[in-house]
Amino acid sequence: MDTKFALHGIDYLIMVVYFVFVLGIGWALRKYMKNASAFLEAGRSIPAWVAGLAFISTNLGALEVMGMTGSGLKYGMLTTHFYWIGAIPAMVFLALFMMRFYYGSKARSVPEYLKLRFNEKTRALNAFLFALMTVLASGISMYALAILLENVLGWNFNLSLLASATIVLGYTYLGGLSSAIYNEVLQFFIIIIGLLPMTILVLVDVGGYGGMQASLAPIVEGKGFAPDTWTTTWKYTANASANPMGVEWYGILAGLGFVLSFGYWCTNFLIVQRAMAADSMTSARKVPLIGAIPKMFIPFLIIIPGIAALVLLNDPGKGFGLPLNEAGQPIYDYTIIMLLKQYLPAGVLGFGITALLASFMSGMAGNVSAFNTVWTYDIYQSYIRPATGDKESDDRHYLKVGRMATIIGVLVSIAAAYIASKFGNIMDFLQTVFSMINAPLFAVIFLGMFWKRSTGNAAFTGLLAGFLIALLHHGLTMPEGATTLVKGGWIGVVHTYPVEMAQNFWTAIFAFTMAALLTVIISLLSKRDKSDAELNGLVYSMTPKLDDSGVIWYKRPWFLALIVGVIMIVLSIMFW
Amino acid sequence: MLDIRFPIGLMFSIVGLIITIYGLATMGQDAMYVKSLNVNVNLLSGIGCLIFGLLMLLFSDPVRKRNKK
Repeated sequence: MDTKFALHGIDYLIMVVYFVFVLGIGWALRKYMKNASAFLEAGRSIPAWVAGLAFISTNLGALEVMGMTGSGLKYGMLTTHFYWIGAIPAMVFLALFMMRFYYGSKARSVPEYLKLRFNEKTRALNAFLFALMTVLASGISMYALAILLENVLGWNFNLSLLASATIVLGYTYLGGLSSAIYNEVLQFFIIIIGLLPMTILVLVDVGGYGGMQASLAPIVEGKGFAPDTWTTTWKYTANASANPMGVEWYGILAGLGFVLSFGYWCTNFLIVQRAMAADSMTSARKVPLIGAIPKMFIPFLIIIPGIAALVLLNDPGKGFGLPLNEAGQPIYDYTIIMLLKQYLPAGVLGFGITALLASFMSGMAGNVSAFNTVWTYDIYQSYIRPATGDKESDDRHYLKVGRMATIIGVLVSIAAAYIASKFGNIMDFLQTVFSMINAPLFAVIFLGMFWKRSTGNAAFTGLLAGFLIALLHHGLTMPEGATTLVKGGWIGVVHTYPVEMAQNFWTAIFAFTMAALLTVIISLLSKRDKSDAELNGLVYSMTPKLDDSGVIWYKRPWFLALIVGVIMIVLSIMFW
Repeated sequence: MLDIRFPIGLMFSIVGLIITIYGLATMGQDAMYVKSLNVNVNLLSGIGCLIFGLLMLLFSDPVRKRNKK
């Protein structure tokens, strides 16, 4: 089946309008970029709703959108665990219990919080790993986008890679973090509204949600599962073999719901940076909660079409197909673009493709704006040229460095994209390695924020050991049927997991446990290195309680958190 | 600083207008809309984008300030 298709002039016209606007926003903001703080921290002036949508938009990168539609096809509604249990509790926790320390400590980045709470070497370890990780991650998604556009639309790989990187560089260089955040809000609406016609049409075509369920039953039974497996979330998780993800409910709760999601949402500077740019303490605490509301409904936009695509694939009359890779396997990540092609005529099709480009850019700009901040403050200012004390010249100097870091970040990303195009496996492996950083980091930051006894040396050792144990676990285990060492077992195979996801969950659980245990034990064995007074604003028990009494009740973070919690519970029960 | 509702409103109004006009121009070209289940999805989406864009503009600071004057 021919899966390539071409766009029309009208489609390109819409894309060009979009490009003009993203660059225009950067241009309009350039005059506010007077110092490093304005450029790298958005001057802490972003309204809560803007930061909240940016918070969710930067996570909605191209790999996420493409991957989640593909997962809908492969795993059905089970994929929503990544949006509900695997995101919402962590976002609520970040908002209610952690943002006050990130924001209130006046740290300018997550590594800098580690420096204030623990010591310099803990910051250094995290800053270097994070800086490397973000630029490589943006390179990987850039590669994924360019190869998609080449395979499906026949665009030139080099041209689309360089053009998309140049546009992101253009608006982040001009307007810094503000520009990235404002554009993320624009991109958020483009992603939602651009994909919506496809979502509606595919659902109508399969006979609505009920019709889809009916058509799925024989297909799913053919795969050896209960007929409603693809439209339920928790129902078949008592036994790992009864659901396509191959995990039990407690694996989902502990692995995804706790270690992976808290590690990602509560410690990843890329995400937390959006909330740190908010205009007040109350706003900063509301940002993750405002983001949580659209987050819970995104599955309806991108996962359900993936599930419907399974029906289409099994109905030859629909003429729907996925491109195949060299091994002859369908490329699930291309589900969304093939659905766009299937249902959208010229015009809205251009808008749909623009939505994919927007999701790519929101993810990449997030990486770039987090990288330049960590580079400038945590690496350059700490190790290469400390502040001189002359505030004005320092400000000008670090602004210049921040801008240079933006350019360098994009250049390294481009290089990483080309490495990925040559050695896809190495990049797969790197991605796995970097996913090991977050779980131990969460253990250390959590203990730092809520246990005044934890010490700097303990945190550093915990962080390093957690990362090493994750590597070791990956080296000693592999998913069933894995053919490359990238998937694990490069030391020797001690244990085999039924699916890759189970292996990932357990890698994170081991890393988290190791980091937490070591931090606790070493802290208890050593003397405290920070006095109570020094921990004010950094540790829960040493910080005065926040007083929300000046805020009307329905605008308080607690009330918003309650609404978010209720919606999540209702959705989980509806799709049980 | 910039009120992001203004550029969002402007962009959606322009894109909405383009798609609406294209939808009107292609009215009657039934073959083109077979894939979208015989619905002129350009016309519908275009009008939807246009309404969203105009609402965003209406509530943006620059427009509200002008209306006050």
